[in-house]
Amino acid sequence: MDSLTIILFVAAGFILLALLLALYRFIKGPHTTDRVIAFDVMSIAGIALIAMISLFSSRIIYLDVAIVYGLLGFIGVIIIAKYLERSL
Amino acid sequence: MEALKYIGAIISLFGSIFLFLGALGLIRMPDVYNRIQAGTKASTLGTILTLLGIGLIMPSWGGKLFILIMFVIITNPVSSHVLSRAAHHIGVNMYKNTVTDLLEKDENNTNSKPEKQ
Repeated sequence: MDSLTIILFVAAGFILLALLLALYRFIKGPHTTDRVIAFDVMSIAGIALIAMISLFSSRIIYLDVAIVYGLLGFIGVIIIAKYLERSL
Repeated sequence: MEALKYIGAIISLFGSIFLFLGALGLIRMPDVYNRIQAGTKASTLGTILTLLGIGLIMPSWGGKLFILIMFVIITNPVSSHVLSRAAHHIGVNMYKNTVTDLLEKDENNTNSKPEKQ
C-alpha cells in the first residue's frame, strides 16, 4: 500500500466522520430546521464519499449516482422548506 | 505525472478536513442560523476541493467532475437561503446574543409602505 492510497483512505475517513457528526445532529436536533440542515450536510458529504468510492474502484459510472443523489437531496430540501413555509 | 497525483491527494485531504469541520460546526453552534452558515459554507468548499483533487488524480474524469462541481456551486447556496428564509418565516428563535435582524426590519418596511401613502 503506497502513501497515495493511505492519504486517500484518511480523507475518506474524515468524510465518514463528518457524516456521523451530521447524523448525531439529525437524530438529536431540537427543531425541524436542524434536522433538515443536517440532512443537507449529509447529502453533500455523501456526494464526496461516492466520488471517493468511485476513485477506489476506478469506475466512472458511480459519478452518475453522485449526480442523481445530489439532485434528489436538493429537491428534497427545497420541498421541505416550502412545506415549512406553508406555501406548498 | 506522479507529482500531480500526490497534489490531488493532498487537495482531497484538505477538502475532507473542511467537510469534517463543517459537520463539527453543526454540533457546536448554538442556533439554527449559525448552524446553517457553518454547515453549508464549509461543506460547499470541502466538496469542491475533494472533487478537484479527484479530478487531478484521474484527469480523464474531468467532464463529469466539472458538471458535479458546477452543480454543487449552484444548488447548495440556494438550498441554504431557502431553508433560512423558511426558518425565519416560521419564527425559529435566535440566539440570545444576536445583534441585529435585518430581514425582520426589511419585511416591516415593505409592509408599512402602503399604509403611509
